Amino acid sequence: MEFTEEQLKRYSRHIILPEVGGKGQQKISAAKVLIVGAGGLGCPVGYYLAAAGVGTLALVDNDAVELSNLQRQIAHSVKTLGVNKADSAKKTFEALNPDVNVIAIKERINSKNILELIKDYDIVVDGTDNFPTRYLINDACVMLKKPLVSGAILRFEGQVTTILPGDGPCYRCLFEEPPPAGLVPSCQEAGVLGVLPGVIGALQATEVLKLIIGKGKPLKGQLLIYDALGVNFRKVKIPKNSDCPICGENPKIKELSDSPEQYCSI
Amino acid sequence: MAVRVKIPVPLQRLTQGKEEVEGDSGTVISLITNLDRKYPGLGERISEGGKLRRFVNVYVNEEDVRFLKNEETEVKDGDEVSIVPAIAGGAS
Repeated sequence: MEFTEEQLKRYSRHIILPEVGGKGQQKISAAKVLIVGAGGLGCPVGYYLAAAGVGTLALVDNDAVELSNLQRQIAHSVKTLGVNKADSAKKTFEALNPDVNVIAIKERINSKNILELIKDYDIVVDGTDNFPTRYLINDACVMLKKPLVSGAILRFEGQVTTILPGDGPCYRCLFEEPPPAGLVPSCQEAGVLGVLPGVIGALQATEVLKLIIGKGKPLKGQLLIYDALGVNFRKVKIPKNSDCPICGENPKIKELSDSPEQYCSI
Repeated sequence: MAVRVKIPVPLQRLTQGKEEVEGDSGTVISLITNLDRKYPGLGERISEGGKLRRFVNVYVNEEDVRFLKNEETEVKDGDEVSIVPAIAGGAS
């Protein structure tokens, strides 16, 4: 694919980087990325990937924009209150970069539709707000061998990791099981600093771009933890669990399933 | 020199807002039991019946203790222990 004059100008700061160059930018333009959740994390991830010129960007969300979202969900505005979040973000991203084919998928992801939804994409980004969906996305990505860039936030703390199925641990290797329902406060109760998803989402977008251009070290086998109050970035190792129920030697999970909604954290 | 224990943000309200506390050398479970005396409630958030909860990970110098000796993993003075719970926030 040849770039137009306008595109050469738009992406000139990328193209001038030896690690990206014209070839890398072409890979970015050809890439197809699916983001689950067009909220706190999905907004900055999608915003930066749209700016970078990712060819196809799918956003999966069936919620509508609410006023309490606007403290952090920067792709939405007072003009899109009540509008589906995927639609709202699509408008914003298209205004930033008309090159990008933004696809709004106004569905709640579940065990029935997930494989069909992700199968045509190169990379999946997790920006969801609950454990059952996180485990479901992980399992589906392991089954279809899709790279998954996972991010999570709560209060003043964020976590990021990149999962490359077949080449490192998965989310179930990291946390064997979700916290039991009832033990944990919801995100709405616990709160989140508005800029925190910006930091974590920007890290996720960075991981996505690195995977697309094939440069640098992916954040695989490691969990990056950001503590905004203490200004700490820490990494811990995620060993691959040979007994992992989905990516281990004898996987017990053979089919995807939905579990009841649970929330947040300890 | 003691064991440095990194407290995750959701548990810092049990440690008077401290992001790092000092603990005693020994095993991971004795460290947690001793910390619970100083910071009541911390122990049950991380462990149950002497076992680590499965949705909270404990790392000794970046190594996941599940792949060492779990609760019985030794911690020495100068080690850094990180408590890392699963969190799920993102969209709503």
